[in-house]
Amino acid sequence: MIREVMTANKAVAEAARLAKPQVIPVYPITPQTTISEYLAQYVADEKIDAKYVKVESEHSAISAAVGASATGVRVFTATSSQGLMLMHEILFAAAGMRTPFVLADANRAISAPLNIWNDQQDSIAQRDAGWLQIYVENAQEALDTTLMAYKISENPKVLLPSMVCLDGFILTHTVEPVEIPDQEPVDEFLPPYKAEHAFLDPKNPMSIGNLADPDYYLEARHDMQVAMENSIEVIQQTCDEFAEIFGRKYGLVEPYKTEDAEIIFVAMGSLCSTIRVIVDQLREQGEKVGLLKIRAYRPFPVEAIDEAVKNCDKLAVIDKNVTFGIGGALYTDIKAKIHKEAYGFIAGLGGRDITPDSILEVYEKTKNVPEKEVTWIGLKEE
Amino acid sequence: MIEIRFHGRGGQGSVTAAEILAKAAFKDGKYVQAFPFFGVERRGAPVMAFTRIDDKPIDLRYQIYNPDYVLVLDDGLLNVVDVFSGIKDNTEVIINTTDFEGSGEHKVYDIDATGIALEMLGRNIVNTIILGYFAKKTNVVSIESLVEVIKETFPGKIGELNAEATQKAYEMG
Repeated sequence: MIREVMTANKAVAEAARLAKPQVIPVYPITPQTTISEYLAQYVADEKIDAKYVKVESEHSAISAAVGASATGVRVFTATSSQGLMLMHEILFAAAGMRTPFVLADANRAISAPLNIWNDQQDSIAQRDAGWLQIYVENAQEALDTTLMAYKISENPKVLLPSMVCLDGFILTHTVEPVEIPDQEPVDEFLPPYKAEHAFLDPKNPMSIGNLADPDYYLEARHDMQVAMENSIEVIQQTCDEFAEIFGRKYGLVEPYKTEDAEIIFVAMGSLCSTIRVIVDQLREQGEKVGLLKIRAYRPFPVEAIDEAVKNCDKLAVIDKNVTFGIGGALYTDIKAKIHKEAYGFIAGLGGRDITPDSILEVYEKTKNVPEKEVTWIGLKEE
Repeated sequence: MIEIRFHGRGGQGSVTAAEILAKAAFKDGKYVQAFPFFGVERRGAPVMAFTRIDDKPIDLRYQIYNPDYVLVLDDGLLNVVDVFSGIKDNTEVIINTTDFEGSGEHKVYDIDATGIALEMLGRNIVNTIILGYFAKKTNVVSIESLVEVIKETFPGKIGELNAEATQKAYEMG
């Protein structure tokens, strides 16, 4: 095990190296680019025994990933923003064909207006594709989650692809200390992938992803729903196993000072770090406040959220995305499934810095009951 | 927590300086974080980079608005951007310059890093040199760790030369 100062992009590339993928089809895009560069270097240096497939677009990258994964090998890819948009069609195919590979998404805003900075609209727009989505808070969590994502996706009860979502620039381009595990414990945690059910093998020909008429399609989709439901338990199990070997504990959600909190912030990704500092500050002033970090957004961990927020009065949900006409995606999901007084806040779109003041504003508004159900934070007045 | 803001121009190595400082402080046993001002970098355009150093894990994920230290790699920027923006009463500012006349309002140190760079490196790259001066003036980071990280970052002859130039700036501090 070594500790080094690196970006979350390098941490993800290190995780991919340790997971020993056999095929890496990837196309560069800001702010994901250095992931594809590190991986190209690792393959060239024979640090990874993988086929690095140079493609002409993200649509091709994800298509090659699905094709490779369908032959029963481990596959890694990564993208961001418009690249993920271009993958959209095949994301559904990947999930429907039950190809359990891992994609790292460097969360970035969507055009127009053109913007290369961070928000989470790109992955949120893919939430119905049938992928697991896990949002990470720092570089270490990006590395650890990438490793766990393989084990979760490849579990026979799941067999759905996973998206590891890391905030563009805020994580991808920030260096901080990261612990890189040795290969041996990783091999123990994540043995080579053995496809057991449906995979393409010339000795045992079969077709995958072919036509399903109205007699079959409904059942195929229902199977995916069951797999997504199963993944709740598998994620928790995998996090526990990971903690046993590597000593770092993760879960579906991460509650912070929620037990006696009257108001709980709910958020995803790197923003949770700053919120935690503000929670401590407010606590010092006698405010009963906590944070619920959502790691797994799909599957949506309703029971874990319920448990964490059961004692509170109000929820302040901060989204770095918007579902126009209704509010942030996390907020609307919380409103649908969690029976608590909840208010939505849209913040940080297109890289607008979310400062302590932004978070304090969310807290004050929630405490005094906001004028609107959904408030945009930091909006410049005309 | 110590917060440091770098001002430079695209191509001058401000982001690299912020990362070298973080890596050196990490070698000293600190928790660190370094990141660029997230933008579209163009050679010659004003850029910023940031470093945070602390004795405990760093949980802040926003830009640095009230730095403890400001390092300015190019004094031409003084006419272009407000390098004093958001500084506190005790903020120390280090400027690479030969003709800065402060108002006395701020704690400003000037160093002719360009002179050292031209003499020892043969080109005007001052990002490591200014760190040497900073190390001596502030004791935020050890010169030993700084020199080690510079040699790791630039392997071979370039690293050796940069390390020597950084050492020289340290001694001038």
